[in-house]
Amino acid sequence: MKKEATKNASLADELATIPGGENLNLCIQCGTCSGSCPNIDYMDYSPRQIIAMVRAGFRDEVLSSNTMWVCASCYLCTVRCPRDVKITELMHALESIALHHGLSNRKTSTPTMYKTFVDSIMKSGRVHELGFMINFYLKSNLFKAFKNAPLGIKLLSHGRLSLKPERIKGLDQLKTILKETQTLGDIH
Amino acid sequence: MKSYSYFPGCSSSSGSGIICGLSAKAVSKYLDIDLIELEDWNCCGSTPYGAIDNLAAICVATRNLALAERNDFDLVTPCSSCYITLNRANTQLKENPQIKSKIDKALASAKLEYGCSVKVKHMAEVLFDEFQDEAFNSKVINPLKGLKVAPYYGCQLVRPGYGFDTYEFPQSLDFMIGKLGAEAVPFPLKSRCCGGSLIISEEDIALGLIAKLLNNAKENGAHCIITPCPLCQLNLDAYQSKINKKFKTSFDLPILYFTQLIGVALGLKSKSLALEKNIVSPMKVLSDYL
Repeated sequence: MKKEATKNASLADELATIPGGENLNLCIQCGTCSGSCPNIDYMDYSPRQIIAMVRAGFRDEVLSSNTMWVCASCYLCTVRCPRDVKITELMHALESIALHHGLSNRKTSTPTMYKTFVDSIMKSGRVHELGFMINFYLKSNLFKAFKNAPLGIKLLSHGRLSLKPERIKGLDQLKTILKETQTLGDIH
Repeated sequence: MKSYSYFPGCSSSSGSGIICGLSAKAVSKYLDIDLIELEDWNCCGSTPYGAIDNLAAICVATRNLALAERNDFDLVTPCSSCYITLNRANTQLKENPQIKSKIDKALASAKLEYGCSVKVKHMAEVLFDEFQDEAFNSKVINPLKGLKVAPYYGCQLVRPGYGFDTYEFPQSLDFMIGKLGAEAVPFPLKSRCCGGSLIISEEDIALGLIAKLLNNAKENGAHCIITPCPLCQLNLDAYQSKINKKFKTSFDLPILYFTQLIGVALGLKSKSLALEKNIVSPMKVLSDYL
């Protein structure tokens, strides 16, 4: 990691105004979040380090790290934080900002998975698991599809994968309100 | 009769969580709880939408809340992810006037409005209330004597905390297991993470977390695990054979959605509880009670 920030601290300013970022400046770097995280071993930087780096202005390093994409949203850090920093929300905010600026980490396929999930909602209003999985494998790693085929067959034979997507009647209504949100200009 | 708007969510409606939806409905019907499916509900958005675009995510969740507000019932869901996502939207709308005004504008474009009055409950919360009632005891016609059950709460029912049970060491499922005549085994990892949807994009990480949970339940003598979350159920059930291969273990632990176990104790037929749809068959473990 570089010793000095290459950019200004605007990421901290951006985060301070959105849900989850409110208490960022209250963090005392105690590390309770990092000690509570089930996936810290797989992260480029720990949650505590991420907060320190955001405050020190390491914008691109934070946004291109894998940390938030490995967060499983278990909220253990959030409920244990003595300063009421909403760390899980902060991770989601970092994910959306990273995607928005095309900086999402290439080592993990979580961004592709999330995007494919949302595509599935846009198609019919509800997520069709089988279609979602096939699309995800097509976009990320086709080899994984073959590796997981036996699992899919097992679920199908137990009546736990529907072949037919459910489509809502109000899909146009859903698209209208989403389009309107987009014209409001921001992701937060 | 108590009535609720019912929000099954994509998984429990017709997908991998169908065992959750079917058994929740069967148990509710038996207990005289009327679940009226919310007409034309859409996907809550779950964790992925919030990670991509918060405003759109709140918007997608709020369409459901606006539809539910047209009737007077609380909204109940069998899914921990739907529970947290709909409650998260409700909270942001109540606490953040800027988000509320943006969402109001978006909803108005499709002639919808939402006044933040819908209360979102999890199926576990609704049934926990039923269990408190003295009259419930007489309904347990099939006490599960001798059955040792690990109560696996997962994360999103109890964290960040929308009013049910406690963050670190919840007790509601333990209580329900006891009421059914079974024994809740000590389970220190009861509210730790199974990896959730990371099972799809980061399979190795999630498999490691699931293996720890299965091991912890087994070393405490559990005959089976129950969970209130469709995704936890899927991860622990369907991926068990993969875990056995990867970690050279021999887990054969049935993972029941919690209403499946309740249904057995209430004497409901195994077909109505979809017990044949579990990947690790619970039939042997439950044979004395069916």
